[in-house]
Amino acid sequence: MWMLEIPPFLPFFIGALIAAITRGILRNVIMLAIPILSGLHLWMVPEGIHLQFAFLDYQLITYRADKLSLMFGYVFHIAAFIGIVYSLHVRDTMQQVAAMMYAGSGLGAVFAGDLLTLFVFWELLAFTSVFLIWARRTKRSYDAGMRYLIIQVLSGVILLIGTLFYASEKGTLEFDYIGLDGIAGWLIFIAIGIKCAFPVAHNWLTDAYPEATVTGTVFLSAFTTKVAVYTFARAYPGTELLIYIGAAMTCFPIFFAVIENDLRRVLAYSLINQVGFMVVGIGIGTALAINGAVSHAFNDVIFKGLLFMSMGAVLHMTGKMNGSELGGLYKTMPKTTILCIVGAASISAFPLFSGFVSKSMVMSAALETGHNWIWLMLLFASAGVFHHAGIKIPYFAFFAHDSGIRANDPPNNMLLAMFIAAVLCIAIGVYPSALYSLLPYDTGYNPYDATHVLAQTQLLFFSALAFVWLNLRGMYPPELKSTNLDFEWIYRRAFPNILQRVFSVIWKTDTAIRQAFLLKLNQTLTFLSRINKGTSNLLSHTYPAGSMVMWVAVILATYLILSFIH
Amino acid sequence: MENKKKYIFDNPQNVKRILYLLYACCTILFLLDFVIHRHVVHSWENLWGFYPIYGFVGCVILVVVATWMRTFLMRSEDYYESNDDNTNNKKSSDMNEENHRKLGDHNVDA
Repeated sequence: MWMLEIPPFLPFFIGALIAAITRGILRNVIMLAIPILSGLHLWMVPEGIHLQFAFLDYQLITYRADKLSLMFGYVFHIAAFIGIVYSLHVRDTMQQVAAMMYAGSGLGAVFAGDLLTLFVFWELLAFTSVFLIWARRTKRSYDAGMRYLIIQVLSGVILLIGTLFYASEKGTLEFDYIGLDGIAGWLIFIAIGIKCAFPVAHNWLTDAYPEATVTGTVFLSAFTTKVAVYTFARAYPGTELLIYIGAAMTCFPIFFAVIENDLRRVLAYSLINQVGFMVVGIGIGTALAINGAVSHAFNDVIFKGLLFMSMGAVLHMTGKMNGSELGGLYKTMPKTTILCIVGAASISAFPLFSGFVSKSMVMSAALETGHNWIWLMLLFASAGVFHHAGIKIPYFAFFAHDSGIRANDPPNNMLLAMFIAAVLCIAIGVYPSALYSLLPYDTGYNPYDATHVLAQTQLLFFSALAFVWLNLRGMYPPELKSTNLDFEWIYRRAFPNILQRVFSVIWKTDTAIRQAFLLKLNQTLTFLSRINKGTSNLLSHTYPAGSMVMWVAVILATYLILSFIH
Repeated sequence: MENKKKYIFDNPQNVKRILYLLYACCTILFLLDFVIHRHVVHSWENLWGFYPIYGFVGCVILVVVATWMRTFLMRSEDYYESNDDNTNNKKSSDMNEENHRKLGDHNVDA
């Protein structure tokens, strides 16, 4: 009765094709219709394997739907729809096509039931999304996109090698629980870890996302890292190592976020921080923790999208993105200000906003399983995320000192997209049961008891108090035009410098060796010619080659004359 | 300058009001600790004022440490664009700037 076997990536790829050849209103209508229709279709799809075929000796499953993948499927549709609404004003076919392909690749990856299909979409995610960065068409974005692409493709290659090991170890390509035993497990773990922005592998995100276009960043923030979170949730639930990595991810980026000037880079750091909460949840691996991780991924797509959209609106209208150049925009961009504050409240996990109903699950799970230190780190990170994403972003963009910029609110389509996201943030926060009913496990969790609400509100209000206190005392670091060194320094500065030095030494040595060789050769030739000079004057080097040719000609002529005479 | 429109936070009184509201909320929340009975999982949660103090101290430490990090992490804005070491990077950074201008670095929405 229903065409079950249409995998969700297909409509988006077809949409990309149509977007490439249509223009104007027609294209907008089609691009809006695709996530709606595809989303409705997905809503009807029951769990189960819907599309598979044999390839060599292996069974490839291109479309497997279960609670976990459906959850991500839904939110990817929401994200794609919001992103498309947000970018309706864009007249750049390259971006429209890349965005559709990218959303489709994300969907393909989360519904992939085998590792080979996953690998294909894994690489497609990289190759399609990089155009959203390059579409900014600046030298900076080109370079950042190149670095992004190299790292993403590297992750894909490691995934492929891991897949090959896995196939030879297990004799199957089915993508399910893998775990950290054997080389295949580790390779795939590292591949996902790179895409998940693990510490020291995180700079592709903070490097590339702020350099993408206004609308491109909104798409970028939704898919790549969430696909990584999904694959971890499927293949490595309960892996203890993830708890510690995740906790590190929640904590270290907030320090960088506090001193970062580019507000979209601040959001990129806070994206790593939020993914850290999800990774911790997956590492804990209990039903509550996995639910927390998955629902937090769901919410994060929406509220992080909202924050990137509001900062995108600022960039679109003012052409500036540095905290040091902005401020006072609430005066002329009131709608954007309010929508941004909704996103900020959601990411900070204020009660009645979406972040609260999902993050508290991970925190509770950490406490219940006795990870006290981890819980303290998460608590610190919760306060910290409020500090940099919840307060710093709206404060420095819309309030703080008056920059004198009087930009208006952005076009209506951008406002509408932000409004949809804001409504979802509040709706999920007020009525979390709808979200909980989609989750993989039924835990009967209720975030709204007095204990949780009071604890979280106290934490947040006193963080705000700390901000006010630091600001009044003049201890808050001012926004400065600067670049802050991060791990990327290793491959953007140290490696090139070392290579440059090494090569300059190699070249110098090479030149020296060549010169010494030439000198020796010259000396040998001089020596030989001196010997020759003594034995034969006729053919020695002091005569030009022409004289030898002449003498040969003379001999030949003599020979000719002799042959005639004969 | 006379006809410049006044906005809500141009009046310092309004900023003060917001701050007083915040102080009031904080006080109430702190006092609620003594009223509301919570089910605690961890013994530290039982300490009065654990969450408020943790939030406040955590944020102060965060900002102090981050400010200190600036002393050794902060570089000029075009640090990565100037390819060379300190020796002859003046010229190349100028050239880069010129390149950027040509390419239109503020082209936000191509």
